[in-house]
Amino acid sequence: MDVIIRNLRIAFPTPQGESLAVRDVSMHIGTEKLGIVGESGSGKSLTARSILRLLPHNARITADELSFDGIDIQRASERQMRAIRGRRAGLIMQDPKYSLNPVMTAGQQIAEAWRAHRPNGARASHREALQAAEDLLAQVQIRDPKRVAGAYPHELSGGMGQRVMIAMMLAPDPEVLIADEPTSALDATVQAEILRLLEDLVSRRGMALILISHDLPLVSHFCDRVAVMYAGRVVEELQAGELARATHPYTRGLLDCLPTLSHQKLRLPVLVRDPAWSA
Amino acid sequence: MSAHAEPMSRRAWLLNESPASRRQAAWGRRYRLWLDFRRNPLAMAGLCTLVTLGLLTLAAPVVGRYDPAAQDLAYRLAEPSWAHWFGTDELGRDVLARVLYGGRITLGMVVAVVLLVAPIGLVIGIVAGYFGGFADRVLMRVTDVFLAFPRLILALAFVAAIQPGITSAIAAIALTAWPPYARLARAETLTIRNTDFIAAVRLTGASPWRIILRHVAPLCLPSLIVRVTLDMSSIILTVAALGFLGMGARPPSPEWGAMIATARRFILTQWWVPLVPGLAIFVTSLAFNLLGDGLRDVLDPKQR
Amino acid sequence: MTTADMIDIRDLRVRFGTVEAVKGVSFAVARGASFGVVGESGSGKSTVLRALSGLNPAWTGHMEIAGQTLTRQRSRDFYRRVQMVFQDPYGSLHPRQTVDRALSEPLVVHGIGDIEARIVRGLAEVALPPTIRFRYPHQLSGGQRQRVAIARALMAEPEVLLLDEPTSALDVSVQAEVLNLLSDIQARRGLTYVMVSHNLAVVAHLCAMVGVMQGGEMVEMISADDLRAGRTKHPHTTELRTLSTELEEA
Repeated sequence: MDVIIRNLRIAFPTPQGESLAVRDVSMHIGTEKLGIVGESGSGKSLTARSILRLLPHNARITADELSFDGIDIQRASERQMRAIRGRRAGLIMQDPKYSLNPVMTAGQQIAEAWRAHRPNGARASHREALQAAEDLLAQVQIRDPKRVAGAYPHELSGGMGQRVMIAMMLAPDPEVLIADEPTSALDATVQAEILRLLEDLVSRRGMALILISHDLPLVSHFCDRVAVMYAGRVVEELQAGELARATHPYTRGLLDCLPTLSHQKLRLPVLVRDPAWSA
Repeated sequence: MSAHAEPMSRRAWLLNESPASRRQAAWGRRYRLWLDFRRNPLAMAGLCTLVTLGLLTLAAPVVGRYDPAAQDLAYRLAEPSWAHWFGTDELGRDVLARVLYGGRITLGMVVAVVLLVAPIGLVIGIVAGYFGGFADRVLMRVTDVFLAFPRLILALAFVAAIQPGITSAIAAIALTAWPPYARLARAETLTIRNTDFIAAVRLTGASPWRIILRHVAPLCLPSLIVRVTLDMSSIILTVAALGFLGMGARPPSPEWGAMIATARRFILTQWWVPLVPGLAIFVTSLAFNLLGDGLRDVLDPKQR
Repeated sequence: MTTADMIDIRDLRVRFGTVEAVKGVSFAVARGASFGVVGESGSGKSTVLRALSGLNPAWTGHMEIAGQTLTRQRSRDFYRRVQMVFQDPYGSLHPRQTVDRALSEPLVVHGIGDIEARIVRGLAEVALPPTIRFRYPHQLSGGQRQRVAIARALMAEPEVLLLDEPTSALDVSVQAEVLNLLSDIQARRGLTYVMVSHNLAVVAHLCAMVGVMQGGEMVEMISADDLRAGRTKHPHTTELRTLSTELEEA
């Protein structure tokens, strides 16, 4: 499985003409853990979502190549896209509060995802599907899968909700998992657990992970490779371990302006944006 | 060329992203809303229709050509002709003149109802929503009582209790029309009162009334305006229904509903007599509905 | 407490229905000092701040500001003395009011004259260009909005600023600018800060003393220096510190 993006551009119409949100981004994603990092408006989410063709309806998207395992996403039919979305590539969003259906139990939602996407799922009995859901909940390290399967989303904590979301995305056994700020709404202690869980699942199942975040240190901690985006462009690509050796002034600025516990800074260095970065 | 420069620069002044005064910022915001609104052809059609209707009723003496009360029994129930464009009614009065003058009464009643109802509903709703607790319970139960009766029946009972006529019809409709506005304003207030920006105003030490009038009410207003325009048609119909039942404008006042009521006997033979006021009611209601839909798209931030 | 204390809170308890969200919290902050409150969601840290600000009247215990005991109903004088900056710069500005209106409101309420000059000065103090004065919030970036919110809080010249996660909704580069701005303002005006955050590094950067909250209780009070050096006593503090430093070393 390979995702290839070459010269991707995403534009939005405005009264003043088109505004480019993503400019000439190229990436090759294999079976690995890739982090895409950038500030709000850098185009990181749009880039990742273009793989699933899940963009706002007024977005204009062009690319020399945009393919998922050899399937041309720009020309794929809606039917082909449905076979990719959910089944071969899952998307985990920021807040489970909004991405889970409030009137279905966690178990029912996972069971439905499992039925819809497994080859024999549609013929499976109700009990089989629910059993599969409980197995999946156990896989995302929920200690009491039976209880959680019977719970409604509002009865779950944020971290538990995000685990349910991950279990739901794992149901069809996808090849790629796109996680869009999966832990930004969670507490630090839960955040670490969820990311460790994701990392573990991805390695064990041989999936690819695209982790989108604004938090550079966090992402580099959990990914193999990090792409730093600024104003619609990838300004730097790094092996995660080499973060300290980042050369682009934007990446350096992002790292320097964080307050840290390890050494005290009386005044935080401020990022001075060079117009040349986005030129 | 210089003739073009003037409106262009005014447009630039309005659309300036960094206004230089309060006035420019406020007008700029209004102008943007207007630009948004103008993009909706149906809503524009509704607005144009209403403006035209309004102007026509104001210009009734000129356009109508006849006195709406002048009877000409020799010309009873005449067909539409060059002399009487929409024909004449059972007393030989010109239907066009009567519809135009009737528009003054019907539209005037509708406007009067709205001017009475909107502020009452707004204040009751916001007070109930903002203070909550006891005030909320009392005000909302009163609202429920009014909502429990069918609007027309309550209005009928009220008019019958006092005395039929335009003023009591206005009062009766106002009495039955405010509860939905109060409910709407309360619902809006409940979401607004817990926001951080209202908390920030409370932390300036502002009094509750200042917060309600200056900070909460302006945010409830857009949805209220939309609701009012959408409600206009039902108010017109209630006004017409009261007229039809003889509880509103008294003959010989040419009110649209009353006109249909008296002309319904001829609906199969001299169809134009009831048809014209009927069309007037239909067109006005439709225009208000289209306008309301357009306003909702522009004013309601949730729709964006 | 000593007479130099600006804020003194003793055994503060806040109840929501049957749940006790804050279970007896006590701390004091000296005039001109900064106190940080750290904790996870549901730890009660924001509730403490809202009780202090007067936004939540359902509290018991003893609170003093500048030697005056606080009651549930706050006087207008209290609101001149104590102001607050909220977490979400998108939610804390009225969507239909210009920056000018937001900044003039506190002046009008307190009957402070010289509005024109004060607004110009207020914008300059938070390093905003005068051109944004008549813009609406939706025309501003997140960082600009938070600066407006800070300028609004400073309008009536308070002595205490309550900061409720003032940077957690901002990008990290903007966070650095806002944190620097807050230190500058404190140095210039000698303000007393109480800052609530989930981010240990941010709190330790701005505040010399940090209180760690868990389950409605303040489980540890520790100086920022001790925190940096790892001289933590309570396991929750240690856990939060480890999570924070783990990422820094990566």
